[in-house]
Amino acid sequence: MTDFAVELSGVSKKYRYFTLDDVHLQLPQGQIMGLIGANGAGKSTTIRILMGLVHQDAGEVRVLGHRMPAQQVAAKWDIGFASEDMRLYETMTLSWHMSFIRSIYPKWDATYAQLLLKRFGLHAEQKIKGLSHGQRVKAALLLVLARKPKLLVLDEPTTGLDPVARHEILRELTAAMADEGRSILFSSHNTQDVEQISDQITFIDRGRIIDSMDKETYLDRWRRLRLEVPLGVELRPLPGIVGVQRQGRLAVATSNAFVPDLAHAYESAGVHVQRIENMTLEEIFVANVEHNREEVEA
Amino acid sequence: MYFQIMEQIKRRIMVGDWAEGQPIPSIRQLAVDLEVSVITVKRAYYELEREGVIVTQPGKGSAVASSPGLGARLREQELEQHLEQASRIASQLGIPTKQLLGRLREAGDRVAEKDKELI
Repeated sequence: MTDFAVELSGVSKKYRYFTLDDVHLQLPQGQIMGLIGANGAGKSTTIRILMGLVHQDAGEVRVLGHRMPAQQVAAKWDIGFASEDMRLYETMTLSWHMSFIRSIYPKWDATYAQLLLKRFGLHAEQKIKGLSHGQRVKAALLLVLARKPKLLVLDEPTTGLDPVARHEILRELTAAMADEGRSILFSSHNTQDVEQISDQITFIDRGRIIDSMDKETYLDRWRRLRLEVPLGVELRPLPGIVGVQRQGRLAVATSNAFVPDLAHAYESAGVHVQRIENMTLEEIFVANVEHNREEVEA
Repeated sequence: MYFQIMEQIKRRIMVGDWAEGQPIPSIRQLAVDLEVSVITVKRAYYELEREGVIVTQPGKGSAVASSPGLGARLREQELEQHLEQASRIASQLGIPTKQLLGRLREAGDRVAEKDKELI
């Protein structure tokens, strides 16, 4: 057995207008990974490759120890996958879907399924065509959760949901993690969700992984320094600073490799550090993508 | 983010919900209860242990440190942080300490006034 629920190394896939380039990522077992990126960054392609739905041109993919796509049949017994383009049968009831899944997967937990119905406020006898978007998302999630898979792969599980439904889903995902053998990989462009529930963060932009590491280390490295530059003092670029915005005597410097020495370096150059602030993942997301695109274009 | 979890735990100790020496939930359990990631709680526990607020024994789990007056000490620390912050802002604004003390007294009077209105 491997210690990683998901492991991608050197994975590439070329399309006419998009290339997924040399993707490396590792999700340790028992953890949640949030895959963040703008629309079209390559999140869904990465997910489809690790599910064996799209075959990579190069590189190795292992999911729960199985090589993908070759061993996808064996792997899929223990993977629960939900994405927007997975359709339920419109004319059938949720209860029909539940018995259908139950007939295929022996690990189906009927008690847990009943509990989820209640917690999600769903009615088993309702036909799929009568469900709202939020109810469909919750129904699809119920169908994978009750199978008790070792790995949950969710493509944009909270997109388009109202705050209450979003909260219900995040709560069930964190509750599922009470079992140490579980792992979750989900994609989102909602940075708040990723910040709240992920152990690992992977940033993807224009088909490349920009960063992939544990969330607390990652958040810790980014800081915003509010500076006051006295007249006659020059604001020189310092290592670890990825962006500076200046307005008169005030400046805001963003660092992606913060150490206290950075503040001392400013002070000894005659620049006053007024405040050092933590950044939210949302702010980091924007700063990181902009910085990375500048570097690629330079 | 772990910082917010540390604050929440300290607050539980300050108000006495978590008593000195009392066992506290496992990292994974607290992550489920608070609906946050395991790594966030793990980091918060690690930092709290370094500060001497909790103790973790391998195989036995974590507990609030059995140091008498821990709640009071945490309140004291919180006050100190606010005072330091006020002093830092005052120095940025070029306000001398003596003047800051006067302002603190005024702030105290205002608070007393507001409290009276509430009653």
